[in-house]
Amino acid sequence: MGRLLAIAIWVITILSVWMFVSGKWWFPESISEHGSRVDSQFLITILVVGISFAAAQIGLGWTVWKFRDNASAQRATYSHGNNRLEVVWSIVTALVFISLAVMGQRVWASLHLHAAPPGSLQVEVVAQQFSWNFHYAGKDNVFGRTDPNLIDDSALNFVGLDETDPNAKDDAVVATLVIPANRPVELILRSKDVTHSFFVPQLRFKQDLVPGMNIHVHFTATKVGKYELACAELCGMNHYKMKSYMLVLPENEFSELATMPQDKFQARKDELLNKYQLPNY
Amino acid sequence: MAEATHAEVHRHPAPTGFIRKYIFSLDHKVIGIQYILLALSAVVVGMIMSVLMRVNLSWPGTQIKIMETLFPQGAPGGAMTPEFYLSLVTMHGTIMVFFVLTTAPQGGFGNYFLPLQIGAEDMAFPFLNMMSFWVTFVGFVVLLLAIFAEGNATIGSWFSKLGESFAGGSGTVGPIGGWTGYTPLSALGKIAGPGQGAGVNLWIISIAIFCVGSLLGALNFITTLLNMRTRGMSLMRMPLTCWAWFTTAVLALLSFPVLLAGGILLMLDRMAGTSFFIPGGLYVSGSLVPLHNGGSPLLWQHLFWFFGHPEVYIAIVPGMGATSHIISTFARKPIFGYRAMVFAIFAIGMLGFFVWGHHMFMSGMSPYSAIAFSILTLSIGVPSAIKTFNWIGTLWGAKIRFTTPMLFAIGFVSLFVAGGITGLVLGQTSLDFFFHDTYFVTAHFHLVMGVASIFGMFAATYFWFPKMFGRMMNEGWGKIHFWITFIGVYAIFIPFHAMGLLGMPRRYARFDEYEFLKHSHPLVLFVTIAAIITVIAQLLFYFNLFWSMFKGQKATDNPWEATTLEWTTATPPPHDNFAGILPVVHRGPYEFSVPGAPKDFIMQTEPEGTGISADLGGTSGNGGNGHRG
Repeated sequence: MGRLLAIAIWVITILSVWMFVSGKWWFPESISEHGSRVDSQFLITILVVGISFAAAQIGLGWTVWKFRDNASAQRATYSHGNNRLEVVWSIVTALVFISLAVMGQRVWASLHLHAAPPGSLQVEVVAQQFSWNFHYAGKDNVFGRTDPNLIDDSALNFVGLDETDPNAKDDAVVATLVIPANRPVELILRSKDVTHSFFVPQLRFKQDLVPGMNIHVHFTATKVGKYELACAELCGMNHYKMKSYMLVLPENEFSELATMPQDKFQARKDELLNKYQLPNY
Repeated sequence: MAEATHAEVHRHPAPTGFIRKYIFSLDHKVIGIQYILLALSAVVVGMIMSVLMRVNLSWPGTQIKIMETLFPQGAPGGAMTPEFYLSLVTMHGTIMVFFVLTTAPQGGFGNYFLPLQIGAEDMAFPFLNMMSFWVTFVGFVVLLLAIFAEGNATIGSWFSKLGESFAGGSGTVGPIGGWTGYTPLSALGKIAGPGQGAGVNLWIISIAIFCVGSLLGALNFITTLLNMRTRGMSLMRMPLTCWAWFTTAVLALLSFPVLLAGGILLMLDRMAGTSFFIPGGLYVSGSLVPLHNGGSPLLWQHLFWFFGHPEVYIAIVPGMGATSHIISTFARKPIFGYRAMVFAIFAIGMLGFFVWGHHMFMSGMSPYSAIAFSILTLSIGVPSAIKTFNWIGTLWGAKIRFTTPMLFAIGFVSLFVAGGITGLVLGQTSLDFFFHDTYFVTAHFHLVMGVASIFGMFAATYFWFPKMFGRMMNEGWGKIHFWITFIGVYAIFIPFHAMGLLGMPRRYARFDEYEFLKHSHPLVLFVTIAAIITVIAQLLFYFNLFWSMFKGQKATDNPWEATTLEWTTATPPPHDNFAGILPVVHRGPYEFSVPGAPKDFIMQTEPEGTGISADLGGTSGNGGNGHRG
């Protein structure tokens, strides 16, 4: 029974490790400036995790293989432990784990402990059950006034834009996030109703949109293309299809679009959405 | 003379009537079995729900006749709607976390064996003990009603007299909110969409009731352990199981009040127009939400996770205790580093109160506090690693007897490592950009707090069954049960990591809306098949359990040749546990293979000096048939 158990533990260990190293199931391609740093931090972490996992399982397997009851008169070793080993082991794991923890803050700190760089494109994101609205400031770079009292979904005023505000004249509100490549983007995240979460796997980025809060985040996308945007916080019955796209455009294509008035913006955006294809999965 | 006083206070005659003996019993042993039966029932409901969810994920639109009978609109034609799926997610999580993982390990085995292992005649407050079980039982009934209140018109109509917000029977199944019930989705009531009405009310009430039951239990455990240990049972001579139950009780005492308060505030938001969790200016389902202003959705998350993280340890710590105890017994070796084990278990429990924010990295909370929470989180890896190291250390140089309980205890160690170690990934803020709320998280917590805890309880069941019922469970079936379950749970939950790597979000009723999830279909199918096989294999366990109660081979008083006090008394133990003569403890709990001793184990009651003579007399037989595997 001991040998069988040891073999089972080892086979499970090998299969588990294989699942990670086979490359069959891995992150989608990274398309953001910080994405490759997330990926390399994950690689370091999964290496530590994999080695610790394998070492513990191999060790466990070894003890059940080796120290099974063999019906000899010889008794088990009488020992209450070893304090020195215990201390050394604790210090080693503490050093490894705390180092990982500190390293694991770097990407986070670079994105979240600094304001968006000057010259970032600002987009207001307003989530609702079960769709996304993206509010662009237009040519004047000033967002028109919004007010929850003005929200009227049936009149298609999804974000409560005040049409009487002069700053609102050139604003556009669309259902797709369109951003330029290689230029920092600042999102101002809001929710109209319940908590949602902005998640684009390729972007290596996620942030909840919380009612009552304006959450400012920023990132830089580096690869032109069309990517799926998913909601990652349970928001009600159609959570699983609260889907949109993030379109990353070359700078020239984007600046042409960004200066268009609302109706043309909308039409051109739809054209571009058809022009670009999703990545090959 | 403290012992004598206790004895008088707690000695109550054995009841004779059926109701006082088996239903409203004050005997901790009966109450323990009641808790275990509650968990055994709840886990069946939870497992059936998980199979239904898997079937829906792999074969959307599958028609199951009985679902239509129960929920005419939630499953039209017997096919599951997305909101039905979400209510199963909610119910599965709530049932498993509260009514399985919190009841069996602590209320069940803790109740039965803590007094026996410390040499007490009962718990400190037998009446509170009875109350805590029955309160918990009511909580379970209310929770079951939650899914029917909206989904089934007949049951819905029962509640309509309680006011508009309780009027159920809308047809859509609820509650929909996950076991975490994030606000404002859970706070807004019916306007927030289908499944947010009466079902959510009952869900909150059920949890509040459960909190009360757990608090009563926690008070009882702490008092009993501190005041009622028999002569010679110093803290550092207690079995590690007792340390685990004590730590768990402290966690429960400090965390459940916070959830209870949160639940009451949430109910007030729903019923009384308060705004603890609802900010102003919300626009929900086509209209502005009047009357609410100034609340904070994050407040709920803080309250919930201040409870929720310690809750994870409430689920697994008793499993750690049982595993330590069982591994030492069947390794025929003293536990490696007893003191370190005690400190580690307490450290895990206490650190557990400072890490709740790692559930909230993406919530909009301050990024600075996220960093603090992250570093504290990874530091929990240190006491966890100490425990793993010591379990393997205990096995090193052992003479392992591969009984069924030992197999499950070794399985616990393996699963605890497999599930716990991915905490190093998920505890890092930078990696949560990707992994938060993906299947990687689902993999992590199912392995560590779900199946590892359950393995601890399987080990405990096979181990203590002979003491509880006077008969052995069938070893052959037990082993088959172990092998299918051990391989099965890995087959289910290891592929979850791969889905997480693809970015698959949790709590999705279907995966076919997204191209980036296309890859996952074979994995999803594989998991579903593994889950169905593993669930069916549990029938073996149930059959073994109930068959052995009546037909199992008769057990001796100490069949495993173990050392602690529960094995010194009769089988099953008499009403007052030790037939009026409390045992006196002379040594630590894990004296196995002591050189020069006549047998390879020395009971805790064996006096020093005479202890290693041939006379191993106790209150009852210490012999045993060995059960070498």
